[in-house]
Amino acid sequence: MTQTSKSQRPQNLWARLRDSRTSVSLLLLAIAAATPLAAPALGQSFYVDVIARIMIWAIAATSLNLILGYGGMVSFGHAVYLGIGAYAMGIMATEGITNGFIQWPLALLLCGFFALIFGAISLRTKGVYFIMITLAFGQMLFFLGISVERYGSDDGLLIFTRSEFDLGFAELDLSNGTTLYYVIWASLIGCIYLSHRIVNSRFGMVLRGAMSNETRMQAIGVPTYRYRLAAFVIAGMMAGLAGLLSANFERFISPDMMNWPRSGELIVMIVLGGMGTLFGPVLGSVAFLMLSELLSTWTEKWHLIFGPFLILVVLFARGGLAGMLERLNPRSDP
Amino acid sequence: MTEPLLAIRALSKSFGGIAAADNIELDILPGEIHAVIGPNGAGKTTLINLLSGLLPADAGTVHFNGVNITKSSAPARCRRGLARSFQITSIFRDVSALDNVALAIQAAAGHSFRLWRPARTDPALRDPAFALLEQVGLANRANIRAGNLAHGEQRQLEIAMVLATGPKLLLLDEPMAGMGTEESERLITFLAGLKAKYTMLLIEHDMDAVFALADRITVLVYGRVIATGTPSEIRANTDVRRAYLGEDEAVA
Amino acid sequence: MNYVLLAEQFLNGIQLGLLLFLLSAGLTLVFGIMDLVNLAHGSLYMIGAFFAATFTALTGSFLIGVLLALPATLVVGIVVEIVVLRTLYARNHLDHVLATFGLILFFNELVRVVWGPAGMSIPLPAALDVSVSLLFGITYPIYRIVIILVSLAVAVGLYFLISRTRIGMLIRAGASNRTMAGALGVNIPRLFTLIFGLGAALAGLAGMMIAPVTQASIGMGEQILIFAFVVIVIGGIGSIRGALVGALLIGIIDTMGRSFLDVLLLVVISPAAAETAGPALSSMMIYILMALVLAIRPQGLFPPRGRQ
Repeated sequence: MTQTSKSQRPQNLWARLRDSRTSVSLLLLAIAAATPLAAPALGQSFYVDVIARIMIWAIAATSLNLILGYGGMVSFGHAVYLGIGAYAMGIMATEGITNGFIQWPLALLLCGFFALIFGAISLRTKGVYFIMITLAFGQMLFFLGISVERYGSDDGLLIFTRSEFDLGFAELDLSNGTTLYYVIWASLIGCIYLSHRIVNSRFGMVLRGAMSNETRMQAIGVPTYRYRLAAFVIAGMMAGLAGLLSANFERFISPDMMNWPRSGELIVMIVLGGMGTLFGPVLGSVAFLMLSELLSTWTEKWHLIFGPFLILVVLFARGGLAGMLERLNPRSDP
Repeated sequence: MTEPLLAIRALSKSFGGIAAADNIELDILPGEIHAVIGPNGAGKTTLINLLSGLLPADAGTVHFNGVNITKSSAPARCRRGLARSFQITSIFRDVSALDNVALAIQAAAGHSFRLWRPARTDPALRDPAFALLEQVGLANRANIRAGNLAHGEQRQLEIAMVLATGPKLLLLDEPMAGMGTEESERLITFLAGLKAKYTMLLIEHDMDAVFALADRITVLVYGRVIATGTPSEIRANTDVRRAYLGEDEAVA
Repeated sequence: MNYVLLAEQFLNGIQLGLLLFLLSAGLTLVFGIMDLVNLAHGSLYMIGAFFAATFTALTGSFLIGVLLALPATLVVGIVVEIVVLRTLYARNHLDHVLATFGLILFFNELVRVVWGPAGMSIPLPAALDVSVSLLFGITYPIYRIVIILVSLAVAVGLYFLISRTRIGMLIRAGASNRTMAGALGVNIPRLFTLIFGLGAALAGLAGMMIAPVTQASIGMGEQILIFAFVVIVIGGIGSIRGALVGALLIGIIDTMGRSFLDVLLLVVISPAAAETAGPALSSMMIYILMALVLAIRPQGLFPPRGRQ
């Protein structure tokens, strides 16, 4: 943290760009913005879909980072909120409600509601118990998804109509792939900006303080539970947004998107990218999905390599990719 | 007689059958520095943990400022004006010294549910935090990562945080622990200077500090209060001498 | 509902519970004593099953297969402890989760490479492949009775090991206070390796015994691992007694719920609704139970003493 005086001066754009984490991430986001324009010309429209998927995961990872990276809450069931968001939309679509202005707020509220219930119980526990109970809540809904036949059970659910945002005089047409792509892109930017604001706000200071030293936080008079719970709910809703986007993009949802390996992968993305950094989740989801894409084209048995690779990341790569990029920065502070 | 600021009645706590606080009765009067001394394992830190709400008491009551706080949580007690330091320095190590104090200021101000405006550029937090750092002599270290400060500086930082919560009563758990002579002396002067504004309950092993600062002293042995009185009374007390000398002989 | 079916399902529940206990016993010790979150415990269950399948195929005898597979699983457990886990004890829970998640990926893929993607079934010896009549006209497969008896024997053995032997004393000391155990001059690294090996062998045994019923398959460990997590969280992490109680509770509730919940629901709701809600509710029941237990007792039912 570089501080020159009592209050941290707002850095100018150039100073921010000198931070290689920020510049690399902004470059990636710019590439993502340009891809739909360039890819057809290059005859590689396949990559548009890949990048859209990466961005959806990056939103989910950003949401988890809010509570894991800045709040120290190792939620091992975070994928469930993607599932809730996606299923809320899928169920409404199946029942004939295709209006996005109804679907999206309802889906997000539902995610917030579940996060509130699950969080209220989970956050009473600590450490291993917290990891296990969040995992169990995730599995609970996973099995629920598997057993409800009306909504596809384990075969999954096809969505025939994407969310309709039609105001009469203006329409956001998500059935247009490019429009949807930019909605995803803008959502990612929005989520990153939102978490930037949150983690640097008073609320964010409490969240980080509670992670760093819970006892001290209590002793200066902050009842940490309610702040953690609020963050948990925000993160759940943000993941729900990723779920909504995924449901619209894939037009298919299945209980598997809530299964615990998905939650594990989200954690992997964050640690790979750099926990508790703004762009870490973006870097991590790019790296994770690219790497699995790459390894799986190279060999079918890529988990044989990826498993040990994960262990090595845990043992040696402190700070993840963001940490590595940070070490590239010119040192200016003492 | 003045109303006590903190009134402790029949406070008890035991761990697996061993009494760490045994029927403690103690009054802390407004404005005094009240030292609690005793041999190792006498239950001094347990007492502070009970008073600050980190441990639930088995029995007894604690009244602060006339309010029964026996069942209050640690944060609730702090907001009432009971702030503590820890024997093992407890600070936020990965952020700057100024951030530490600013967070305590923010905690005291309430309203931590502000999710949008940046906290690190908020003069309402930074200015008073900086003033406190100046007060404890850490102004030139404000932007250093707290974990990188020297041990003595970290202890000073913790005191700045304690003061930032706007306390009425300071619970100081061995503030001089691990400090050099010179640092200790500076801290004694500093605490003496705070006397006009705060009441203090001071746990300390450093007897020079205790006798230099304390208005009254309570001696705790095996969780029990064996004597309370002015420094000269305590010096003259035979029970105290026996407890301390006896302890020394047993150790030697 | 008829009581024969009820009794049968109850026995099935006990059998699942005891199997879960074998898996949870090792897991709860590893959690409680080493403070290590080990997601890969289910992999040892899977590996035990595959070892047993191979050795049974090679020797033609299920019994010899199991007797060979047990030490083999133990060795795998010890190797995993020494190579990977040992470096993790000093790390935080998040690192444990990640590294052992990596182990799961690795083991699943390794098994796919070695044994192929299809899984392996183990033929039961003819003598075990029959049902016997119990009291009141209940017939029950002999092999499931064997599973129950073996698991019970192991549970009793474990009880004696922990309550009556020196090693057990060290384990108990470690579960409640690691620093003190260290101060007593215990060789902590060796104790850890031993406990982990023991846990691995128990998990492997569970996998071996279930393999003839289901079959040895990739990913079989993950499903049951989550059950085991629920068990130890309900029971209280580090408590063997808690693991036993929790395992039986989960085994019985889950099995009975799947069989009878829709029938029970018929009493209160319409058949169509019961048909939908029955399976959904029964698969969620153990998680709801866990949430209830934790909401009331965040440390589980039997938190080991000295750990608050």
